[in-house]
Amino acid sequence: MSGFPILSLMLAIPAVAAIACLFAGDKMARWVAFGATLVTFVLGCVMWAQFDIGGPQWQFTERADLFGRFSWALGIDGMALMLIMLSVFLMPLCILASWDAIKSRVGLYMAMFLVMETIMIGVFCAQDLLLFYIFFEAGLIPMYFIIGIWGGANRKYAAYKFFLYTLLGSVLMLIAMIAMIAEAGTTDIPTLLNYDFPVEMQTWLWLAFFASLAVKMPMWPVHTWLPDAHVQAPTAGSMILAGVLLKLGAYGFIRFMMPMFPDASAQLMWIVFGLSMVAVVYTSLVALVQSDMKKLIAYSSVAHMAIVTAGLFAFNQQGIEGALIIMLSHGVVSAALFFCVGVIYDRLHTREIDRYGGLAVNMPAYAIFFMLFTMASIGLPGTSGFVGEFLSLAGIYEASSWVAFVCTTGIILGAAYMLYLYRRVVFGELTKDDVKAMPDLNPREWAVLAPLAAVALWMGVYPESFLAPMRGDVTTVVARLAPAKPAGDAHLAAGKPQPAKAQGEAAHGSSHAGGVQ
Amino acid sequence: MIQAIVFLPLLAALVAGLGQRAIGPFAAKLITTGALFTSAALSWPIFLSFVMGTGEAEVVTVLHWVSSGALQFNWELRIDALTAVMLVVITTVSALVHLYSWGYMEEDPDQPRFFAYLSLFTFAMLMLVTANNLVQMFFGWEGVGLASYLLIGFWYKKPSANAAAIKAFVVNRVGDLGFMLGIFGTFLVFGTVSIPEILAAAPGMAGSTISFMGMRLDTMTILCLLLFIGAMGKSAQLGLHTWLPDAMEGPTPVSALIHAATMVTAGVFMVCRLSPMFEMSDVAQGVVMFVGAATCFFAATVATTQWDIKRVIAYSTCSQLGYMFFAAGAGAYGAAMFHLFTHAFFKALLFLGAGSVIHAMHHEQDMRYYGALRKEIPITYWAMMLGTLAITGVGIYGVFGFAGFYSKDGILEAAFASGGGGVIAFWVGIFVAFLTSFYSWRLVFLTFHGKARWEQSEHIQHAVHDDHGHGHDDHAHAAHDDHHHAAQGDGTAGYKPHESPVTMLIPLIILSIGAVFAGFAFKYPFIYPDEGLAFWNGSLAFDAELMHAAHEVPLWVKWTPFTVMAIGLFLAWNSYIRNTTLPGRFVAQFKLLHQFLFNKWYFDELYNIVFVKPAFAIGRFFWKRGDEQTIDRFGPDGAAALVQGGTRLAVRLQSGYVYGYAFVMLLGLVGLASWAMVKFL
Repeated sequence: MSGFPILSLMLAIPAVAAIACLFAGDKMARWVAFGATLVTFVLGCVMWAQFDIGGPQWQFTERADLFGRFSWALGIDGMALMLIMLSVFLMPLCILASWDAIKSRVGLYMAMFLVMETIMIGVFCAQDLLLFYIFFEAGLIPMYFIIGIWGGANRKYAAYKFFLYTLLGSVLMLIAMIAMIAEAGTTDIPTLLNYDFPVEMQTWLWLAFFASLAVKMPMWPVHTWLPDAHVQAPTAGSMILAGVLLKLGAYGFIRFMMPMFPDASAQLMWIVFGLSMVAVVYTSLVALVQSDMKKLIAYSSVAHMAIVTAGLFAFNQQGIEGALIIMLSHGVVSAALFFCVGVIYDRLHTREIDRYGGLAVNMPAYAIFFMLFTMASIGLPGTSGFVGEFLSLAGIYEASSWVAFVCTTGIILGAAYMLYLYRRVVFGELTKDDVKAMPDLNPREWAVLAPLAAVALWMGVYPESFLAPMRGDVTTVVARLAPAKPAGDAHLAAGKPQPAKAQGEAAHGSSHAGGVQ
Repeated sequence: MIQAIVFLPLLAALVAGLGQRAIGPFAAKLITTGALFTSAALSWPIFLSFVMGTGEAEVVTVLHWVSSGALQFNWELRIDALTAVMLVVITTVSALVHLYSWGYMEEDPDQPRFFAYLSLFTFAMLMLVTANNLVQMFFGWEGVGLASYLLIGFWYKKPSANAAAIKAFVVNRVGDLGFMLGIFGTFLVFGTVSIPEILAAAPGMAGSTISFMGMRLDTMTILCLLLFIGAMGKSAQLGLHTWLPDAMEGPTPVSALIHAATMVTAGVFMVCRLSPMFEMSDVAQGVVMFVGAATCFFAATVATTQWDIKRVIAYSTCSQLGYMFFAAGAGAYGAAMFHLFTHAFFKALLFLGAGSVIHAMHHEQDMRYYGALRKEIPITYWAMMLGTLAITGVGIYGVFGFAGFYSKDGILEAAFASGGGGVIAFWVGIFVAFLTSFYSWRLVFLTFHGKARWEQSEHIQHAVHDDHGHGHDDHAHAAHDDHHHAAQGDGTAGYKPHESPVTMLIPLIILSIGAVFAGFAFKYPFIYPDEGLAFWNGSLAFDAELMHAAHEVPLWVKWTPFTVMAIGLFLAWNSYIRNTTLPGRFVAQFKLLHQFLFNKWYFDELYNIVFVKPAFAIGRFFWKRGDEQTIDRFGPDGAAALVQGGTRLAVRLQSGYVYGYAFVMLLGLVGLASWAMVKFL
């Protein structure tokens, strides 16, 4: 609100700290990184507190024209605010998670994470299309190095697969962006949001964006990079990959594709619905048969993201708000689950589910946290997972009962694979000697898990804190989509056959009554 | 006050569960049990005020929960007559089960965790019954599911307990799929999830239709059926019942509280709470009645063949829930709630009694190894006897009857009076009353009468061995070091069962009082036409005319249940006391039938073949054939091979594995981008 460039500051702090880390010793690098991420988090909290709900759409705006059409334009709306909060909240926890696990090239590692933080904040607050693109694609590089240098045995394959997949789509997106700039004559995102592209142009712009964003989501069938990337990435890498990077795709959907190409979105929504339906069932079943913990959680992420995409394309308040809450919730919960895997990986150095068993005996505190996050992942009411899932599925149902039915089967399969995982890791007889020797959580691990748990519960019991800032923006998007929204809400129409009993009311639903039949 | 009733158990659960190391097991037990007795003490005045007619329905808002467009709901606590009934059932049984567990779980090292789970369960159940909107009901619904999962799997080292816990959760989730779709549909139709608003608007939806998954259906029918699928899951109705018998893997107090008295009745509660919706659809009511009657029959037939004492009672629960549903399907919601109320007392009593027997018999649960226990554990015997008299519905019309007499007869009479399909349900109910009597008395006779058959039991042999050998099983042996070896040969193997400690006996005695008098004392408000109308006061769709008709049914209708009960009793006595070779001969004669019943109609096997195995097989297929052999092969790996070939030819850059591709990709990227720039800008 004030003229203070808080966003630039939040971008600068991690960037400067990253440079410092490169030259610092191992111990120093850790503390610098932790301190910088913590300060950024505090700044984020200040920004949240200052954010004027119901005020102007774009707040904390900054603008400096650089060259040509390219400008340093920053600003956030409620959705961006929440995603920035997610990023700056997870970052210090990621640093803590890597505290002991990373032993080689600590300075470089910490620098990579700090650069990543800058980039992620940048993605969410960029108001210039090209600036956005740079941040969006630059995110690949530190992640690529994190997997490629500190990853597991097969890290090169995973890093390359990750790079190949995500880069391929981005080329198309860049071309589409250039075309957009040529058409609209501006790179300013708020202006572009209200620009009406010709309908036929929208279609191929939409497809070009979709090619890039579907990979980032990731949507079926371009999801296969994710399990490999997760399996090979170090714990904190997985946390940030699942926690924030997976949200970039959905952010692109809601920020660009839906409001900028509303007609194409409405025409092509069947693609999104179709792929999402396949993804929910397909990846959930695949998750059921995994023997590697990280792969299982990675596949479950694909299933969750499929509900996000379907919820977004429901084109209504519940669907979109639900999808946004799933994004936040999944960011917290999947990061926590990957950390839970990391905790025991650090002790036994294997991700094989069958190597564990009976951890409830010697790691009771761990068992409680793991249970909480398992339940949040399943979508138990009272945890963050439920609010998002419930709202988005309710929204999807309004669009199509078929899609809602298929996506809701995810709650059965989700329960099956997560509980099956939990049972094999935590329950059962404690028989193996090396597992017996595993100590319970140490204070550092507590410090990572406790805030994550608190937020997962907070979002479940009182999600208003998170919904309120985003409400206005979602309303704007819904209004923008309203003219293009398919008439009659596809499958579901409540109303009275006129000749029947002629009561006066039935006010609700009769507006949809013109529907299919 | 209502806040205290609901949130005290939560608070206790948190303190006991998270602070167990700080406060120690004794304090954890004391806090949880104390919280529950307080809740119960606060609940009874509320219930009685509704019985007296002075209670006022009210809704207390606790906290805003979610608002998203028109979809808005709060954390709210609703009290009305229907809630009040559930409040006393839940808090009373829960408090008694807490107390009982002091004795039953005495030797368990994990007691604070157990008590925390019990209290957590109670909290979730209270949230369910006080819900003022469908989403909070769903919160409670899933919360009790979680607690049930945790408690079934309480002995988490046992593979069978873990399997049962997962099964319970996942099968319930199948029901939840219906419940959730029902909530979504209800929201779409009514524009709200607030229960009172929905119920008020429901009559206006008569005759309207809705499209669901391509079909055009009557609005209220499809909504009620979707919601009812949820009820079927939670209340273990036919098709979704398979988890309940397996849930007996949990400690017995859990079976009494969750899988008999409270959680499994949530489905019945839901149908009653939403009864004005179900009243709008004859089809939905018909389905409820049919499913109820079918479950009632199915479970009772299975119960007659089982040997595990807890499984017999579990199938009996399933069957009694069927009674409640067909009462609801017949439109006699008051009768359904009445049976829920009395059933809570006598079924909890039977389970806790069974727990007491198991405790006395050193964890042996197989009734084939029981017998002759009535002299050894007389208080348990008499408590079980009263419970059996209650469940079989013993009573003299117009004089006095045990709890089940009034509620079961109320259901059967209402079903008969409702006519049409209700008459069929009535005859099914009569037949099941006969089966109920048979399997209940079979249980009593096998357990407490006849000759001792303990010596074949491994558990008993272990106990006796421990006595002789190292004597570290001190709870069983202290008093009979001097037993005579001559005593062996009488089937006891020298084992001496002990009556349970007083903490276990007090709940049995209190519940016995309920099993005897709950029906007689509360029949007027629950099912009598005028009193019922005043008591329920709109909290469920009480049909005074139907209840009036139910009291006017022919005399033979009123006497038939008693008659079939007597036949069942005679048959059980004849088979298990007078002529104990009879069951064996019967089984030999009707081998196929017995196998079919003994294997629970092969539901588990069927589901395993149809759902479980294919899910894993398809998952593996998608993973190996789909992801690895199709998507990766033609996607990134194929591209890699392509690029690798190109790279080798063009640049001979073979060392930089990853970097090579990245380089080529970058070249391509730059090229494409330049092309686009030139073209568009």
